[in-house]
Amino acid sequence: MTDKELLKIDNISVSYGNIKALRGVSMNVREGEIVALIGANGAGKSTLLKAIVGQEPLVEGSISYDGEMLYEVKDKHYHGVPTYNVVKKGIALVPEGRRVFADLTVEENLDMGAFMLKDDALIKRKKEEMFDFFPILGQRKKQKSRSLSGGEQQMLAVARAMMSSPRLLLLDEPGLGLAPLIVQEIFSKIKLINNEDKVTVFVVEQNARLALKSSNDGYVMENGVIVLHDEAKSLLKNQKVRAAYLGE
Amino acid sequence: MLNFFILILIYTCIYAFMSLGQNLITGYSGMLSLCAAGFFAIGSYTTAILTTSFGWSFWATLPIAALLSALMGVLIGLPTLRLKGDYLAIATLGFAEIVRNIINNWDALTNGPMGIQRIPMITIFGIKISPYQKYGFLLMEIIMLLICWFLFERLASSRMGRALEAIREDEIAANSMGINVTKYKVVSFALGAAVTGIAGCLQAEFTLSVSPGSYVFMVSIMVLCTVVLGGMGNFVAVILGAFIIQFISYLPQLIGLSNIIPAQAKQIIFGLILVIMMIYRPQGILGRKERNNKKAEKNWLLNKKEAINEHA
Repeated sequence: MTDKELLKIDNISVSYGNIKALRGVSMNVREGEIVALIGANGAGKSTLLKAIVGQEPLVEGSISYDGEMLYEVKDKHYHGVPTYNVVKKGIALVPEGRRVFADLTVEENLDMGAFMLKDDALIKRKKEEMFDFFPILGQRKKQKSRSLSGGEQQMLAVARAMMSSPRLLLLDEPGLGLAPLIVQEIFSKIKLINNEDKVTVFVVEQNARLALKSSNDGYVMENGVIVLHDEAKSLLKNQKVRAAYLGE
Repeated sequence: MLNFFILILIYTCIYAFMSLGQNLITGYSGMLSLCAAGFFAIGSYTTAILTTSFGWSFWATLPIAALLSALMGVLIGLPTLRLKGDYLAIATLGFAEIVRNIINNWDALTNGPMGIQRIPMITIFGIKISPYQKYGFLLMEIIMLLICWFLFERLASSRMGRALEAIREDEIAANSMGINVTKYKVVSFALGAAVTGIAGCLQAEFTLSVSPGSYVFMVSIMVLCTVVLGGMGNFVAVILGAFIIQFISYLPQLIGLSNIIPAQAKQIIFGLILVIMMIYRPQGILGRKERNNKKAEKNWLLNKKEAINEHA
């Protein structure tokens, strides 16, 4: 593990009208790590991910990736990379609620994930890799993704994001609405992706226990502010976290 | 009777052009646009004005009409395509009405409500293609339609076609896959507008006159009907839809009942068709063109059932 900062979020704020969804949030994601962000509904977790992929403009602060400035506020004006170019930098997002292309087949969904790749042989190889990694997707590759179960759709969403060979994988609530066993399976896959493919992972999750158990580093967000930051192991033992998020 | 049937086919072709465009915009990219009549008028008047006032040949006006329509598509597309669903429909409907009002009132250019008459006939290698001898005109239309259809089919199976489908399915996800949503929406809108403009050129050459009354809101509705009836996202289906819609709208004349059934009845019939299709067959007569095979899905389900049975 290197100590290189891959994603650096520096004192950012995001507003929806008069309401500040994020207030002065700073975070660091080091290369090779899995970083978890936990928090309740409406804490601003998804907004933070949207800001990272350029879907929500910042009103303050900056975000840089791999030493390159992605978004910043200069003279009160927001400057940033458009969302469709973010994936070219090596950041892939698995959006909240999976958002697979329901009327397209599993294979076509993966093709979409590789939209910015132009090498057909490479796309084919990546698809084979994904079908090896998620065998169920391989079995159902000609089927519409509408017909997949929730867990399979989540796997498809992860596989689709992985098609662009990202260095940083962002996951927005991968466990949302899934059975506990399936959530565990998905997190074990995420750990594998991190371990074997050396992909840095930033995961936002309400299932705090599982997210922290799988991570190196953890952040806790409340009302748009980071209230705690520590190693994931220590957070699991933290009294406040245990009371508020682990139900103990 | 046969002559009348040929007439229906000629109008089918003109509407088929428009429905190819509408299908790209609505069926592939998922944008509900209601301004086919506007681009149709732009195409018609471009041909009418350039051939009568400037003595151009029809073939020279064709690319200009397509280009002008596409340009208009981009101009109204850039500000309005961020709108969704009903809002986009209203904005585009407004545009079509603006076009109609302009051609109705810009006397110096369009001769206002009187329209433009005596448009010269199409000639190809010195042969006149007269709309009075309908076979030649129909043949020319069919050849042009086949070329257009082939190009659109190619487009749909290309990288751009895939991008449009992704946009229709989920804009946010498409965006994060690296698809420039705005760019692709505007391009598809412009291409749809261009082919609708070409339909306008043919309309002008078939009637040999143009007047604002031919470019009313009803035209846009008929084109939308065509796409919904045939099947969104399927170019063959929308051509079939165009035929059915034209056939129905000329049915009273065809069976000699035009004295009894008023012309307005067709609007009622179109309304009924839309409602019935939405309830019983929302995918249209032929439905979306599938690239995957249904067999795989069935086989998998069968295997799963067998596995469960063995287990039990």
